[in-house]
Amino acid sequence: MASISLKDLVKTYGDVEVLHHVEGEIQDGELIVIVGPSGCGKSTLLRMVAGLETVTSGEISIGDKVVNKLEPADRDIAMVFQNYALYPHMSVRENMAYGLKIRKISKNEIDRRVKEAAEILEIGAYLDRKPRQLSGGQRQRVAMGRAIVRNPQVFLFDEPLSNLDAKLRVQMRLEIRKLQQRLGVTSIYVTHDQVEAMTLGDRLMVLNGGYVEQFGTPIELYDRPATVFVAGFIGSPSMNFLPATAQDGTVALGNGAVLAGGAQASGQITLGVRPEHLVQDDAGAIRIIVQMVEQLGANTLVHGVLEDSETEFVASVPGHVTAEAGTLMSFSAAAEDLHVFDATSGKRIEA
Amino acid sequence: MLKRVHFPTSVLPYLLVAPQIIITLIFFIWPASQAVYQSFLIEDAFGLSTEFVWFENFEILFEDSQYLETFWRTIIFSAAVAVLSMGSALILAAFADRVVRGATTYRTLMIWPYAVAPVLAGALWVFMFNPTLGIFPYILEFIGIDWNHYLNGSQAMMLVIFAAAWKQIAYNFLFYLAAMQSIPRSLIEAAAIDGAGPVRRFWDHIFPLISPTTFFLLVINAVYAFFDTFGIIHAVTQGGPANSTTILVYKVFNDGFVGLDLGGSAAQSVILMILVIAMTVVQFRYVERKVEY
Amino acid sequence: MVENRRILGIVSHIVLILGVIMVALPIWITFVASTHDAVRMTQAPIPMLPGTHFFENFKQTLFGAGLSGSEGAPVWRMLLNSLAMALMIAFGKIAISLLSAFAIVYFKFPFRMGFFWMIFITLMLPVEVRILPTFEVVANLGMLNSYWGLSIPLIASATATFMFRQVFLTIPDEMLESARIDGAGPLRFFWDILIPLSRTNIAALFVILFIYGWNQYLWPLLITTDTDMTTIVMSIKQMLEAAEQSPQWNIIMMTALLAMIPPVFVVVGMQRLFVQGLTETDK
Repeated sequence: MASISLKDLVKTYGDVEVLHHVEGEIQDGELIVIVGPSGCGKSTLLRMVAGLETVTSGEISIGDKVVNKLEPADRDIAMVFQNYALYPHMSVRENMAYGLKIRKISKNEIDRRVKEAAEILEIGAYLDRKPRQLSGGQRQRVAMGRAIVRNPQVFLFDEPLSNLDAKLRVQMRLEIRKLQQRLGVTSIYVTHDQVEAMTLGDRLMVLNGGYVEQFGTPIELYDRPATVFVAGFIGSPSMNFLPATAQDGTVALGNGAVLAGGAQASGQITLGVRPEHLVQDDAGAIRIIVQMVEQLGANTLVHGVLEDSETEFVASVPGHVTAEAGTLMSFSAAAEDLHVFDATSGKRIEA
Repeated sequence: MLKRVHFPTSVLPYLLVAPQIIITLIFFIWPASQAVYQSFLIEDAFGLSTEFVWFENFEILFEDSQYLETFWRTIIFSAAVAVLSMGSALILAAFADRVVRGATTYRTLMIWPYAVAPVLAGALWVFMFNPTLGIFPYILEFIGIDWNHYLNGSQAMMLVIFAAAWKQIAYNFLFYLAAMQSIPRSLIEAAAIDGAGPVRRFWDHIFPLISPTTFFLLVINAVYAFFDTFGIIHAVTQGGPANSTTILVYKVFNDGFVGLDLGGSAAQSVILMILVIAMTVVQFRYVERKVEY
Repeated sequence: MVENRRILGIVSHIVLILGVIMVALPIWITFVASTHDAVRMTQAPIPMLPGTHFFENFKQTLFGAGLSGSEGAPVWRMLLNSLAMALMIAFGKIAISLLSAFAIVYFKFPFRMGFFWMIFITLMLPVEVRILPTFEVVANLGMLNSYWGLSIPLIASATATFMFRQVFLTIPDEMLESARIDGAGPLRFFWDILIPLSRTNIAALFVILFIYGWNQYLWPLLITTDTDMTTIVMSIKQMLEAAEQSPQWNIIMMTALLAMIPPVFVVVGMQRLFVQGLTETDK
């Protein structure tokens, strides 16, 4: 049984603070994805849980034990690295058996576990090969095999799919998900790819510049992003943002158009609306001068600028739509699809 | 290998290689072939007549117990220098690799001996071990050891081994450190998570992964001990006392320039040549092997 | 960074500091010896802390006639000889290796591979295995006791050529092609493009070769009988011999110090280049 608890974690390197008061409670058996752009601190956070980085202040607990002072080997964790970190001078079997050998587990038990893991991951045929004789995907599986045989309380994944080609990545992330659910081991998975994050995680922790922007289920992040950053990060193509003024339940755009919504807000706001929530409407308040149109088959992306301003806009319209550059297209959006954020803090203002 | 894109034939390339080829011919190939030729000759004491005697010089050498002793001595000397020098360098590099800050500072402080000429190294060590003035004999006296390498053959040997090994530590250290620093950090971290402590990590992973370097250094150190240590011997012991520190390269010099035994010295040169060729071939063959990640 | 065990960190530093002491000790002792007067240096044990006679000894060594009892040239003269030899060897070797590597890599001509192997052979013929015959050749050419004799026989060996060959092989073909389109002939290409691209390698190699040249011992010993041509590295041995009769260790050690400083200075000052050059040449 291993829940993970992150309490008020701070990490500094010299004078620079890179993680600011990170908090989170992870339930036993959950797969949490930590996602964010490069340099946001997600790998640092993962490595702190692993024990590869020290904790400047705060507490990390695995199960009910505070592990700040424990060496990685004593935390009962297993980690899958971005570049697999397989021991090149040992065979696949030896790679998987190594951790168990050190813990003085009996040979029979080791053989049993290696066999079991090899079956699950379908790498039985490679057990006696060396890593350099395997393809990227195979090495990836061996790395996971090494983690599985340890039967740890926690799995840690550090961008394990980044080195694979796109097609393999899609296939592997499904396998990882199935595996994790089957084994039921609490897992933390780090990635910069928001699609990977959305499909894998039970819950997502979005990090930006060392701050936790939001920690919730994928749908929560999509429907009710807590900040402008999360709103723009999740969803592709990303949300449109416009400066606006809210008053008495209406939102006034820069060009004078007025929409219903933003009931609780007043003053300067940032309005967000997703491309897929824009509905073509000749009477719509959102008027766009078309610049370019991308036909994707199932839908069309219309790129343009808001009339009388320089704000760029993208709308995703179902089916095939054509439009000449320079023509005007109008859209509207339902009030519940409008996201209102404070103009200065970027934080969500609830309707 | 020739580049795919290249210039066509003309006189120019000949002119470009000419300097090196000419010097090579005059100062390398010709003298080397002279040495081979001379090794088949015996000169009389006045240098008036020479006689072609095939392999007689070589036979004489191999029957000469002194020569065989020298051969054996050189091997022991090389082994001792290699083990001492590489061993110390390995330990120092392993610790320098661990140190997060200051690895470069330590490196700077440790590479000085590379710049010191072997003969100078010999001079420094002989000064430190001077029986009357040296600091070490002074200390050794307190524990009852009487140091005089002018009289004691094995002490003389130890002294030259120390001097030679001391000088090479820097070189070995550089290569070992570079090799260790090129091991991906994540490998070591994975081993740590698997439960391996620092000593275990070193023997199970770091040492095997730097084995190409170890092999390479073995050859380099052997060549160094065989040839570059002439200066040390000459400065410290002149091969003595009683030939106890005469190694092969020193004997060639002694017999040839001092003893004026041209045939014998040439034969010895030829044997050394064969040894170097063998070592160089080994080095080139095995440098091809690399550990892949 | 893996472990937090403080002890290991402290042990590491202790071991490394011990290593530095071990490595630096002889040099320290030399320095100390060069700062005392001759009398102090005849009393056992030799001092471990510096004295006050550094500049006196320095002047005496540099400009005096070396050691009384040995007939060496003045030390400044020897330093000059060493410098000349080292520079000639370094520049000479770099120059001819660049030319040869260029020819072998970029030209197709008969006997190309023959020349390559000829140069390769020099790797296996250090001066120590051919001292007598090479001496004869140099003597026959009248090059004894000259700067030429000191340096030329040493400049043709293959390590530099091989390194430059490696470097040239990794330069993209497109460089040559675009140079030809621009109208550059082979020499222009060599001078304007190839050499600038090899700058760091040349610098690294210079460090190594300068030290190699400066520290030459056996060869200068053999071919210079004229005291004016002695190099400072050679002179140390002569001084040691003289030490039997009249031990002036302070002068000897000062000379040793002077003999060490230029190469040590070059190594430490150009450390990064030097390390890069080492780890790339000898492979």
